[in-house]
Amino acid sequence: MRVMVFVKATEDSEKGTPPSTEMLMAMGRFNEELVKAGIMQGGDGLKPTSAAKRVAFDGPNRTVIDGPFAETRELVAGYWIWEVKDMDEAVAWVKRCPNPMPGPSEIEIRPHYEMGDFGDAVTAEVTELHDRTRAQSKGS
Amino acid sequence: MDETQRAIEATFRIERARLIAGLARMLRDVDRAEELAQDALVIALAQWPKSGVPANPGAWLMTAAKRRALDALRQRKMRERKHVEIAHTMDEAFDGGAAEAAMDDDLGDELLGLIFTACHPMLSREARAALTLRVVGGLTTDEIARAFLTSEPTIAQRIVRAKKAIAKAGLRFDVPRGTERAARLPSVLEVVYLIFNEGYAATAGDDLVRPGLCLEAQRLGRVLAALLPEDAEVLGLLALMEIQASRLHARSGPDGAFIPLTEQDRGRWDRLLIHRGLDALSRAEKIGGSGPYVLQAALAACHAIARRAEDTDWTRIAALYDRLRGTMPSPVVDLNRAIAHSMAFGPEAGLALLDDIDAGALPGYAPLPAARGDFLFRAGRRGEARSAFAAAAALTRNAKERAFLLARAEACLG
Repeated sequence: MRVMVFVKATEDSEKGTPPSTEMLMAMGRFNEELVKAGIMQGGDGLKPTSAAKRVAFDGPNRTVIDGPFAETRELVAGYWIWEVKDMDEAVAWVKRCPNPMPGPSEIEIRPHYEMGDFGDAVTAEVTELHDRTRAQSKGS
Repeated sequence: MDETQRAIEATFRIERARLIAGLARMLRDVDRAEELAQDALVIALAQWPKSGVPANPGAWLMTAAKRRALDALRQRKMRERKHVEIAHTMDEAFDGGAAEAAMDDDLGDELLGLIFTACHPMLSREARAALTLRVVGGLTTDEIARAFLTSEPTIAQRIVRAKKAIAKAGLRFDVPRGTERAARLPSVLEVVYLIFNEGYAATAGDDLVRPGLCLEAQRLGRVLAALLPEDAEVLGLLALMEIQASRLHARSGPDGAFIPLTEQDRGRWDRLLIHRGLDALSRAEKIGGSGPYVLQAALAACHAIARRAEDTDWTRIAALYDRLRGTMPSPVVDLNRAIAHSMAFGPEAGLALLDDIDAGALPGYAPLPAARGDFLFRAGRRGEARSAFAAAAALTRNAKERAFLLARAEACLG
C-alpha cells in the first residue's frame, strides 16, 4: 500500500529555522535506510507557509489568500511517499525517524486510496453505482 | 493480536531479512539462520512489552539470536573443530560488541550476499524464486504456494531442497565480486523478474494479476538498485518493473476483462511509478546501459510517455526491438518486433516478419496467432483473422484473455 507521511509544522519550522547539521545527518541516514529497504517513493521538505498561497473556493468565487497561516499544528512542513505492506510497517518506520523538529512534533501517516483496497464485493458495488449514475445521466 | 504484539512483529519484519542474512553468513546455514531469527522474535515478543522497543532493534535481535545460537552450540559440546571455530568467532563478536558495529557497516552487503546465494544459478529458477520470497521477502510457504498456484508441500519441499543444496555446496553467503558478480547477476535479476511476471501476467487462473507478487518484486528491485547503484541492468530491471506496474490498474475493466495497452485509459496509469521508472531508466542510460533489461525498459517507456495511444512512437519501438533482438534473441522478442513493425510500417510488414518466426519454437503460444489475427484484421482479411483469433483463444490458459480473443474473433464477422 502507498502512504503519504506528513511531518507536521511547528513554530520552529514556520519561522524557517534551518535544521542543525546533526539533524540533517540523522535524517539523511534515515532516508538512506528507507531507500535501501525499498519503501521510499519520494518526499521533500516544504518552506514555511509565509511562502505559501491558498485559493479559497466558494461557488463561482476564487479568493487568493497569502500565507503565513495561523493554525500551525494543522500545517505540513514536509512529506514522504512510501510503499509499505501495511500500516503497522509504516508506523514501525515512522518510529525510527529522528524527531524532525527541535521541540515536540508530530508525524501523520495517511494511506492513499488504491484499487487494491477494494475487494470483489466493493468492486461490484462500485460498478453498480457507476452503471446507475450513467443510466441517470442518460435519463435526464 | 494486540497492538504491542503487532508493533513488535512489524519491527521484526523490517529487520528479518538482514537478520537472516547476517546469521546465514556467520553459520553458513540459511535454515538455521531462519530458525534463529524466529527465536529472536519470540524473545522480543516476551521482553519488549516490558522493556519497550530498543533503540536499535536490529542489533538487539541479532544479539538475541546469536546468544541462542551460542547456547545451542555449547550444548552440543562442540566436538567438531568447525563448531569450535564458529563459536569462537561468535564469542569474539558477541563480547566485543563488534557485532553491532559490523552490522551497521555491512548491512547492505550481508543482505546482498543472501540474495545472491538464494539466487545461485545452481538452483532451478522456481527454487530460487521460492527461496528468495521466503528468506528475503518474508512470505510464508503458504503465501508463496498460493502466489504460484501450487500446493504448499510442493513449495516447502522446494525450499528445503534448495537450502540443502546450498549447505552441501558450502556457499559462503558472500557477495561475488568482479567478473563472478557479472556472471551471477543475471540469475538474480531473472528471479526478480520471474516473480514480477508471475504477478503481472498470471499464466493460469482467473485473476489477471496477482499484484502482491509484483509489489514483492518491485521491492526487491528497489533494494537491489539501492545496493548496486552502479549496475545498469539492475536499474534497467527496476525501471521496467516500475513502468509495467504503473499500468496494473488500467489492464482490466470493471468486469475484470483484459484491456490491451493501446486501449487502456492512460489516466489510470500510476504517474508516480512512471516517474520513478523513467528516472531509473535515465540513470541506467547515463552509465551506458544497453543490456536486455535497459532496452526493455526503454520500450516500456515509449508507451509510458505517449499521452494517447496514437502518439506512440512505433518507429522508435521497432528500432529498439531490432536492437533487443541482438542482445536477447528469442522468438517472443521476434513476435513483439513483428507487432512493432506492423504498427510502424503497416500490417503487411508485420505479417512478413511473422512468417520468419519459427512457429515450432513457440508451440501452443497464444500471442502468436493473436498477433496474426490482428495483422490480418487490419489488412482487411477478416475471414483468416477470425480463424487466427479462434486458434489463439483455444490456446490461452487465462479465462479473461480467452474472452477477449473470442470477442475479437466475433468482431471479424461484423
